[in-house]
Amino acid sequence: MIAEFGLAALWLAAALAALQLVAAWLGQRQGGETLAMLVRPAAVTQALLCGFSFLMLLWVFARTDLSVMLVASDSSSEKPMIFKIAGAWGNHEGSMLLWVTIMALAGGLIALIEHRLPEKTMQATLGAQGFLGLGFYAFLLFASNPFTRLFPAPAEGNGMNPLLQDLGLAMHPPTLYCGYVGLSIAFSFAVGALLTRNVTPDFARVMRPWVMGAWIFLTIGITAGSYWAYYELGWGGWWFWDPVENASLMPWLAATALLHSASVLASRDALRTWTVMLGVVAFSMSMIGTFLVRSGILTSVHSFAVDPERGTFILVLLAINIGGALALFAARAGTIAEGERFSALSREGALVINNVALSAVLGIVLLGTLYPLVTEAFGVRVSVGPPYFNPVSAIFVFPMLLVLAVGPLLRWRRDSFARIRTPVIAVAAVGVVVLLAVWLISGIGFLQIFGVTLAAVVAVAAFLPLRGRSLKRLPLPVWGMCIAHFGIAVALFGMSVDSAFTVEKLTAADVGQTVDVGPWKVRLAAVEPVAGPNWTALSGRLLVSYKGGPAHELVPMSRTFWAPPQTTSESALLTRWNGQLYTVVGGGTTDGRWQLRLWWKPFVTCIWLGGFLIAFGGFLALIGRVAADVRRRVATRKIADRQAEVAALA
Amino acid sequence: MKGVRWSLWVLIAFFALIGLFALQLSRPKDDTVQSTMIGKTVPQFALPAATGQNPGLSSTDLADGKPHLLNVFASWCVPCAAEAPQLAKLQRAGAPLVGVAVRDQADDLTAFFKQYGNPFTRVGEDKVSKLQFLIGSSGVPETYVIDGRGVIRHQHIGMVRPEDIPDLMARLKEAQG
Repeated sequence: MIAEFGLAALWLAAALAALQLVAAWLGQRQGGETLAMLVRPAAVTQALLCGFSFLMLLWVFARTDLSVMLVASDSSSEKPMIFKIAGAWGNHEGSMLLWVTIMALAGGLIALIEHRLPEKTMQATLGAQGFLGLGFYAFLLFASNPFTRLFPAPAEGNGMNPLLQDLGLAMHPPTLYCGYVGLSIAFSFAVGALLTRNVTPDFARVMRPWVMGAWIFLTIGITAGSYWAYYELGWGGWWFWDPVENASLMPWLAATALLHSASVLASRDALRTWTVMLGVVAFSMSMIGTFLVRSGILTSVHSFAVDPERGTFILVLLAINIGGALALFAARAGTIAEGERFSALSREGALVINNVALSAVLGIVLLGTLYPLVTEAFGVRVSVGPPYFNPVSAIFVFPMLLVLAVGPLLRWRRDSFARIRTPVIAVAAVGVVVLLAVWLISGIGFLQIFGVTLAAVVAVAAFLPLRGRSLKRLPLPVWGMCIAHFGIAVALFGMSVDSAFTVEKLTAADVGQTVDVGPWKVRLAAVEPVAGPNWTALSGRLLVSYKGGPAHELVPMSRTFWAPPQTTSESALLTRWNGQLYTVVGGGTTDGRWQLRLWWKPFVTCIWLGGFLIAFGGFLALIGRVAADVRRRVATRKIADRQAEVAALA
Repeated sequence: MKGVRWSLWVLIAFFALIGLFALQLSRPKDDTVQSTMIGKTVPQFALPAATGQNPGLSSTDLADGKPHLLNVFASWCVPCAAEAPQLAKLQRAGAPLVGVAVRDQADDLTAFFKQYGNPFTRVGEDKVSKLQFLIGSSGVPETYVIDGRGVIRHQHIGMVRPEDIPDLMARLKEAQG
């Protein structure tokens, strides 16, 4: 019965999304006030029902109810509980239900707490959210039902892809989805603002925490996903420009741009049209990414159950949602009043450059991702990789980072160079010294030299906005900005140094043989069989020592799972403050030698450390904004109470 | 009305994209990544000798009027060791084999040849996968049939199995004519 409860709740949630849409639509008309009052309760109820449906799915997976087709095809009774539960979203249907659930919960939350916008705009926003939701409910119910029964029930399930049986991966999709789907709120706010012709600083203020929250989740999701790919796939790389990675990077770029332009709109009432456009684009990128991944039209390491019918369904949703929003934008963009003006040398000016550069990188990534599709349409097969993405995006990223170093020092509206001369010269001096030092000492490539130099410049410049301010009284969002910008420097440093100084060693070694890789000596001490809960493995026992220091033991494995049958390599890593030793053991040769892949990657950990610092900065800024908002609400209520008291006394 | 004009372009671009997606969605998907260099001449290259045993390999060696089998391999690659008997059989059958050792070391290669035999007349050293990239090879091992003018006729992806030998010999013969 559990699966049927889940399905029923899903149908009801879909019905409420329809009600939410219709009530919002008709409620906008004269005399529709009663109907309009239904919008918020409908959104909240829809969220509860959808959440209930998702809980039911978790339940059937936790119990391994093999009479549910999805459980039988993607799970098995022989795996740890945590992976049984994570199995609920480790497949197409379940992950789409997770997607819709997050979307419904976010919509319910704004219906519950958001009262700053004019009610009409708010209803239009919730109506748009209902419309988006309705499309995805239809997709679930008609093309991807997670609760379909299987009769007769098999004795055992097919099991889950072994690569996915990993804790990092269990948390990866929910995190990314919170990011992707959180942007749907920004999309709905943009549509609501366009429909009711109400693009104001308030619109940006209301939207900002949602964009910020979604952006934090995306940042964490991408960073964690990159680290997961790094240690789980055993290829030693941390970013492959794979279509699915790009699908997560594109919404992140759009959200980063949106975050900054929403700041300008919120504090200065400028960049109105642009901010609305980005609000539409950010979630559109999430949807296009989902389509690219789920339809299987691009070749990627991320495989989902691919089905052209589902692809067609998402494509239609895509055309209606994004096409509709863009058409609305085209119709209304002319009516959006021009915002405040500003001079080129101002904080707004710097943020415009940031936005243009981020959008350019977004365009480059989009083009590179889709280019194989375009040529394939003409019968030519190509694949686009790092030789395109790295240098071409660097053309825009590097100047953007220079602006990032200076921008936060500028005043709003208008500034003069004379005022910021000292810090700019100081930062430039740091840059020149590092550039010369790196260039003379190491013989590394251009991109890497500039990368290291810019990392140093941004690292120093990140904290310049703190100059001359009381650190105690500094608002949290400013701390957040400094830390996030510093995180970019840390990540860039890691990327540049890793790509410049990584040492690789591929060899087939005898047991007892010692192999050198960079400053490390690695001895293959033994190869032993190991048995796990649902796998067996050959594990290599490696004794490694750094520059003749004490030996540490590393145990990389080559695991063989039996449900479904597949071999994966489990890398073993040794982390030092200045980098990581990465070891993988592969299959054996007939004469008893073993394939070893070893990498010494200096400062590679900085990449993910930087990513998490960026997310942490965003988190501080979000806390700061929400706290300020709560304080403001409390204060307004107090004033209102006080006025009521005074009136009563009089 | 300035905003309207560029937003119309965005709309048009978006629907062009949707059209492209629809077109690709309606076509069957083929996931093997064949080299795009098949049917084209191998670009100019000159690789140094990988070990003392054989001379290095350059593009002029390939365009000497006779067809060749070009084997992309590495000593660290286990399937490459597994295909060694098949390569030896090809060599005995008269196939002119040349090798490209990818991301490898001379000592390791010498040991590899000692262990599994050396069927090659020339072995070039490709430290940074430069040639591999030029001929569109995405992994090791791969075997290419190259005709006497240096044109790539065929790409065999993965290990050469015993049942692949007749096919490779036939293609080699075809490349002769």
